[in-house]
Amino acid sequence: MLNQKMFWKSSLMRLLTRNEKYEPMNAIFYISAAIAVVSTAMAISRLNAVHALLYLIVSLLSVAQIFFILGAPFAAALEVIIYAGAIMVLFVFVIMMLNLGPSAMETERQWLRPGMWIGPVLLSAVLMAELVFVIANSGSHPAGSHEVGSGAVGIALFGPYALGVELASILLLAGLVGAYHLARQDSGNQSEGEV
Amino acid sequence: MVTIPVSHGLLLAGILFMLGLVGVMVRRNIIFILLSLEIMFNGAGLAFMVAGSCWGQADGQIMFLFLLAMAAAEVSVGLALVFQLYHRNNTLDADQISTMRG
Repeated sequence: MLNQKMFWKSSLMRLLTRNEKYEPMNAIFYISAAIAVVSTAMAISRLNAVHALLYLIVSLLSVAQIFFILGAPFAAALEVIIYAGAIMVLFVFVIMMLNLGPSAMETERQWLRPGMWIGPVLLSAVLMAELVFVIANSGSHPAGSHEVGSGAVGIALFGPYALGVELASILLLAGLVGAYHLARQDSGNQSEGEV
Repeated sequence: MVTIPVSHGLLLAGILFMLGLVGVMVRRNIIFILLSLEIMFNGAGLAFMVAGSCWGQADGQIMFLFLLAMAAAEVSVGLALVFQLYHRNNTLDADQISTMRG
């Protein structure tokens, strides 16, 4: 009896420590991945735009958590600051300025009938199944084995990628000018000619 | 340090990208379409990050930085267009843009 108990205990211990590299950080990756998927699915299915934005912020924060786990703290910080901070605030400002009101949700409910979304969802699910099949059949290398800090990123950014940085700055300038030009309110017809 | 199979990270990126694609196809509100585009950008950025982390190089993070700059520029111009569209047509329906005709 005692022998049997010892056997079960030792086999249980072997089962628990079978993976010698088991770390709680792996569980954190899967938990944040699940949060990202669920909150993104909620974000694309909400009727109220502000609710969708809040779910999307949760999704972005969990993706930032995954970046941190993968050994990229600089990208995780940028994800929180720029994506969850700046870009989402831009969305919130536009939604506040449009001032949609409760009738917008009723319109959304009419647009989002099952007949509208079942076809695209099924086709995308088939594509996703193909992608899962292809990735699952490829080899599995470990990721996140060591950290790439902001120093290495900065050295590479202003070394071989300096031209890309300049192009990105030109793109941002074009975005700034374009947004200013497009969002300007036309005050009457006399300003129509100079636009 | 953690070691996650790179296929799991790529699968998560694929799922996020597919959710964004479904959002772009299904929604008719332009704000939701832009939001879903952001989700797709995020999935692509996650794929870059996972691949860069797999090789232990900084290039994945640099591609993510460029993607971030592009997403910021895209969303500023896109939201300005949404603003103008709402002021001219008083609706956010994407089908209404078909009345512009140049």
